[in-house]
Amino acid sequence: MKFAILISEGPYTHQASDTAFHFAKAVLAQGHEIFRVFFYHDGVNNATRLTTPPQDDRNIVDRWSKLAQGSELDMVVCVAAAQRRGIVDDGEMKRNGKDATNLAPGFRISGLGQLVEAGIQADRIVVFGD
Amino acid sequence: MTTKKFMFVNRKAPYGTVYAWEALEVVLIAAAFEQDVSLAFLDDGVFQLKKGHQTKDIGVKAFEKTWGALEDYDVTKLYVAQESLAERGLTADDLAVPVEVLSRAEIGKKMEEQDVLLSF
Repeated sequence: MKFAILISEGPYTHQASDTAFHFAKAVLAQGHEIFRVFFYHDGVNNATRLTTPPQDDRNIVDRWSKLAQGSELDMVVCVAAAQRRGIVDDGEMKRNGKDATNLAPGFRISGLGQLVEAGIQADRIVVFGD
Repeated sequence: MTTKKFMFVNRKAPYGTVYAWEALEVVLIAAAFEQDVSLAFLDDGVFQLKKGHQTKDIGVKAFEKTWGALEDYDVTKLYVAQESLAERGLTADDLAVPVEVLSRAEIGKKMEEQDVLLSF
């Protein structure tokens, strides 16, 4: 089956991103496909490479980056939500005159059309929120 | 392009969190993609539709004008839970746009008909 995943909450404060990660791993382990993981609302905060949790805690951002590397997951961060919350890639830095970027490896910033497309293309879209 | 039935489920009050506003942004994109869009309002989500929001003093945009614009995007299926209205002392007359008031059970049936359910 072809899944899409929507993550609506940021890391650590809420369990949504953790649960979505475990779900994504299970989906791939059982031989299903993930069309896209879309990060919206505070979910975009899962995509900052500047996250530095204590050493004895899980690194939620790195965990997503590594999963994307190993499985070619398409992980998309909503541009409008990212702009509001200061998640920046090279293109956004230049476009908005910022002096830094913080998008973690494996993520890309794009529009809400990518979420709607995921709803159209996937057999199931699963929402991880509050 | 494939057309699917998208339902957006709005459960939260309009201004305490960003969910309602950012949900509306997805609704407009789904309509631009010419999908079969409907909206359901449950729980505190019914407050999103209430007439007469005055948000100037809290510095955030009000919803009311945007609800009126949905019709321009052919988004006309707005379902509101009757129980949620009643629990909050509201009726359809208190709302800014025409809606279809349904029981929770009837909204549940509408949900079963959808291809894509996004909850905010």
